[in-house]
Amino acid sequence: MARIIVVTSGKGGVGKTTTSAAIAIGLAKKGHKTAVIDFDVGLRNLDLILGCERRVVYDFVNVINEEATLNQALIRDKRCNQLFILPASQTRDKEALTQEGVGKILEELSKTFKYIVCDSPAGIERGANLAMYFADDAFVITNPEIASVRDSDRMLGILSSKSRRAENGDEPIKEYLLLSRYDPKRVKLGEMLSVEDVQDILSLHLLGVIPESQSVLNSSNSGTPVILDENSNAGQAYLDIVDRYLGEDKPHRFIDEDKKGLFGRLFRSK
Amino acid sequence: MPSDSQPISLNSPAFEFKSGVVTIPALNLLSTDINAITHQLQEKINQAPGFFSNSSLLIDLQALPGQDLNLASLVEAIRDASMFPIGIRGGNQEQQQAANDLMLPVLSAHSSNTHKPRSQEKKISKIAPATDNAQNTTSTRIETTTITQPIRSGQRIYAKGDLVIIAQVSAGAEIMAEGNIHVYGTLRGRVLAGVQGNEDVRIFSSNLQAELVSIAGNYRVSEGILESERNAPVQIYLNKQAIIIQNT
Repeated sequence: MARIIVVTSGKGGVGKTTTSAAIAIGLAKKGHKTAVIDFDVGLRNLDLILGCERRVVYDFVNVINEEATLNQALIRDKRCNQLFILPASQTRDKEALTQEGVGKILEELSKTFKYIVCDSPAGIERGANLAMYFADDAFVITNPEIASVRDSDRMLGILSSKSRRAENGDEPIKEYLLLSRYDPKRVKLGEMLSVEDVQDILSLHLLGVIPESQSVLNSSNSGTPVILDENSNAGQAYLDIVDRYLGEDKPHRFIDEDKKGLFGRLFRSK
Repeated sequence: MPSDSQPISLNSPAFEFKSGVVTIPALNLLSTDINAITHQLQEKINQAPGFFSNSSLLIDLQALPGQDLNLASLVEAIRDASMFPIGIRGGNQEQQQAANDLMLPVLSAHSSNTHKPRSQEKKISKIAPATDNAQNTTSTRIETTTITQPIRSGQRIYAKGDLVIIAQVSAGAEIMAEGNIHVYGTLRGRVLAGVQGNEDVRIFSSNLQAELVSIAGNYRVSEGILESERNAPVQIYLNKQAIIIQNT
């Protein structure tokens, strides 16, 4: 039985798609057969981040409408043969998604995949609701700023009340906090919320902190997810996050500026 | 239950008739065995002698329809136990006749099954919503809702009775209760107690950072909360329609 992970935030632009791509690759690289689904119908991006935009034939909505089979629509990643991508449709909108259709696809994927990563659109409307409805685990991405934190809080409320697990009275969705675009320097200057501030507001288990990094933008533009850039802080942060999610006990990094030291400074990328 | 005053001749205004509501313990009889009743009553009294001594008592026969009961010896047994029977409720014609002979009033049999012990509601306030109140306490049991999960932004919680939250309440969340509200965690959202008009309820918070606090419709917004009350454990209650926040 697959584990369904939703990557969500409420607010836009905090790094949901970057994170979805990174952890999907991370899990696949660990040898787990992983599918990543783009729920952002109408604003398709995941294929760009993963560098497979030129191989999209059929999409999520085609499969829901039974115009294509799941196997026809799934794109196998060229770098990692355990990773499959189900792209969103760019020409449709979120109304094209139905709970029944999404449920059927996830059920079918569950038969052969170990992990299914659902890349949620921003907002709390249909697309986001369907992305999280079937989830077992939720990665809540937050930027260290107050609006993002509040939106995440709202999303956490929806996760705990409107998911399938909540409706069936099952064990609740496991929620993990990922703090992205973190800049210890600005935290020190008081321009940014600290990890403690965010945890105080959200009271949630911290899975990892992803530092603000130029390499994220570069990787996105080149279609090479940042987790493959092992020299970058952000790439290492995502590797840690995948390890922690899989049960490894790794100390948190990138929270304090000082911790890097001379060694870190020498090897810091860009 | 209304306590009927004894009619006396009406001359000059030496008194006035008033009706009021008082709470009286009722003895819900489930057996006609006087010995068993006396024995068990004495056991109860021994547990809390001060509570029962010289207490008035209503004998409720509604659970004993048509059975043979020696009311006179029951009344004697109750008096021996230093309590004052003040009337009966329910019972058949014979029993009601027996009560009349013993000069005990027969109170109308209410449909409500008042098998609650002694209600906590002690004083009834004089204001309009009070009647609602009294009804609530006699007809429905006060329930306490306990929540151990954080209340997130955008969530709304409504409790019919008291509300106890053993987690944080996020900014943008709204918690409401007809009774008291306790929050053991940081309280950042909106909190409304006594939403049906009960002015005697209170709000307790171990860390007050609320956006709005309200009791029975009287409210104070975050701006009106003093620095000394903020981030501190407090209780909030109403005094003459004014919200009082008190550090605890």
